[in-house]
Amino acid sequence: MTKDAMQTALDPHAAVVSEASGGAATLLTTADGQPLARALARSSARARRRAFLLVAPLLLFVVITFVIPIGQMLHRSMYNAGFADNMPQVSAWFQDNPPGTPIDDTAWGALAADLKAAAENRTIGIVGTRINYDVPGTRSLFTSTGRKARDGFEPPYRDALLAADAKWDNPTLWRAMRSASSAYTANFYLAALDRTRDDEGSVTMVPERQQVYVMLFKRTLGLSLLITGMTFLLGFPIAHLLATLPMRKSNLLMILVLLPFWTSLLVRTTAWMVLLQQQGVLNDIFVWLGIVGPDGRLQMIYNRTGTIIAMTHILLPFMILPLYSVMRTINPSYVRAARSLGATSWTAFRRVYFPQTLPGLGAGALLVFILAVGYYITPALVGGSTGQLISNMIAMHMTETLNWSMAAALAALLLGGVLVLYWVYDRLVGIDNLKLG
Amino acid sequence: MTKRLIAGTALALMAATAVSAQDGITITTYGGAFGEALNESLAKPFTAETGIPAMMVDNSDPPAKLKAEVEAGNVTGNVFDVEQSDVIRLCDEGLIEPIDPAMLAPGADGSTAEDDYLPQALHECATAIMVWATVIAYDVGAFDTAPAKVADFFDLENFPGKRGIIKRPKYALEFALLGDGVAPDEVYDVLSTPEGVDRAFAKLESIKDQVVWWEAGAQAPQLLADGEVAMTLAYNGRIFDAMVGEGKNFGFVWDGANLDMDYWVIPKGAPNMEAAQKFIAFASDPARQADLSKYIAYGPPRKSAAPSVGTYKDGTTEMAPYLPTTPENAESALVNDAGFWADHGTELTERFNAWLAG
Repeated sequence: MTKDAMQTALDPHAAVVSEASGGAATLLTTADGQPLARALARSSARARRRAFLLVAPLLLFVVITFVIPIGQMLHRSMYNAGFADNMPQVSAWFQDNPPGTPIDDTAWGALAADLKAAAENRTIGIVGTRINYDVPGTRSLFTSTGRKARDGFEPPYRDALLAADAKWDNPTLWRAMRSASSAYTANFYLAALDRTRDDEGSVTMVPERQQVYVMLFKRTLGLSLLITGMTFLLGFPIAHLLATLPMRKSNLLMILVLLPFWTSLLVRTTAWMVLLQQQGVLNDIFVWLGIVGPDGRLQMIYNRTGTIIAMTHILLPFMILPLYSVMRTINPSYVRAARSLGATSWTAFRRVYFPQTLPGLGAGALLVFILAVGYYITPALVGGSTGQLISNMIAMHMTETLNWSMAAALAALLLGGVLVLYWVYDRLVGIDNLKLG
Repeated sequence: MTKRLIAGTALALMAATAVSAQDGITITTYGGAFGEALNESLAKPFTAETGIPAMMVDNSDPPAKLKAEVEAGNVTGNVFDVEQSDVIRLCDEGLIEPIDPAMLAPGADGSTAEDDYLPQALHECATAIMVWATVIAYDVGAFDTAPAKVADFFDLENFPGKRGIIKRPKYALEFALLGDGVAPDEVYDVLSTPEGVDRAFAKLESIKDQVVWWEAGAQAPQLLADGEVAMTLAYNGRIFDAMVGEGKNFGFVWDGANLDMDYWVIPKGAPNMEAAQKFIAFASDPARQADLSKYIAYGPPRKSAAPSVGTYKDGTTEMAPYLPTTPENAESALVNDAGFWADHGTELTERFNAWLAG
């Protein structure tokens, strides 16, 4: 097929020509005699392939940097093979014998053999760390017994292990080992909700003084909503001003909005420390004005107030920019028309102007809220003891306790919460009404 | 033009990979002033002596990076700087290579490395780089009589003013027990019992409304300098920088100091193992360790290196009074027990956070 012929074959108009010149043919064909349907299918398939090639890099990027890591995170939150993989014999004993079976010589023998193998393979720490998640203080039990196990244990194994450390007789430890012998577990989710399993295996709350995650989830949600509300109250008038001022003035104002946006997050957070601390600029001004006494300086940072102020400021541009882009497109004659028809300025704003800004408001609110829910460094630095968010605990599990399964479970719960709110938002406002710019 | 640009980029990339993969080593540290000090006192002399290029890489969390690299089977770093708690964990999990003490340099007095290194400074998978301490630092102008004991930190009557404490149970709980009169060598025994933990929290509770909690090491000297707190727990290196570098009028209380060490480790399956081991042997030389104190206020982990510690890089400041390893400073010090925290870290951190928020 020559190039010309191919181009004709791909040209849908060629079919019309062919039909017109071919007279009363029952089957529509292209100029070179092919059935039209097939030629069309082929050409559109080719177009689809090309289009796909165009988006392929992006698709690959999204899969590699987004879908796979999140999938891995979700997997890790309920999968931890640290015990099952490295203690195969005792894991097999747990599989063969239902809960409640007395721990017999076979089990003690399997445990002794597994401990020896794990110590030789240098995996004993992984095993101990896994059990330590459920029974604090047992990690060193595994590693110290492992050091003794390198020479091997003599039967009877129960006596040998108890001689190495009497803690091996603890029923809670055996229950934890049984639960860890299957790699898939919901225990990390239970722990992330301040719950645990008691010795009978039923779910209970952890002691009150250990309960921290549910409270932090609630606080994160509450503070994020509050911050979203604050950015709306502060951002709406600014966006309106930006959209209605003459170009030269609004450009200047826009720079004032964007400049902090372009400044490093850390710089902005530190600047708030300088402003708000007890010996800081604001307190100095208050004392100078006589509003507070030198001993009554206000505590405005290293607490929840500091977190709210700093995060509201940092997230403000994410509210202003979508609002601004929507407000700029609102035709001022609508409000003028409403006024001329007798509406008060408040009614005109409420019934005519405000509803038109909703797409921008929705986008801004969603952006600010989702960013606030995951905020980490600002609450870490200015939050003190009462301004911590759940992300600080996730970071702690990632970098300090290295309990990544726990971090993943907390993160998955956070992700789930955001998705539920997104769904609610979609039902209430409608995601089609979103406008980012 | 474009072609030349591509060729240039390709060449640069090739050069970069050549350094990291073939003959050179990369040294991953926490960066900052410590990274610079290591570069001056170790990396540069190492390259000068052996001809092996050594590249410093800054990372906010070297152990997490090491763990990620080994688990992904793609190890790029050769030597990592990690803290004590991480050494225990990484070694137990088989993520780092064993280090044979026989390859380390002998002491300045001819003693073996095993005899010469401080207790806990040699580990089967790691060797200590330096010793640092979490100590009480105070603003000299804030008090008529200078605080001298741990108990003074908890004495709001005679030493009024806000207190800064690290926002982590590690250091804070041990410190509270020391302040409550527990002897340094009994702290971890007490903290292993539920009553001991209650006791530590009760002690912290007694000053809770006067505490500013800090998170990053740089915050402590800043809080002191701004007058936000009168006394704070702080890393000794940071306070030294503020005192000597910036001329701040701060003071140390060495009573109740909590000693901790950083270690060199080699990730499992790291490329260019021989050069990495050479570097660790080079870094174990007492003279090199004493030289580190010229750049930063951390003490050498070998006893025989302590007498060789001289002056700071400014040429006038004697380093000995500022170092946690100087014998008179280390008298009542507690050596941090990373094994304890590996066992109880999660549990105590949860309780600590619940207590903070309550």
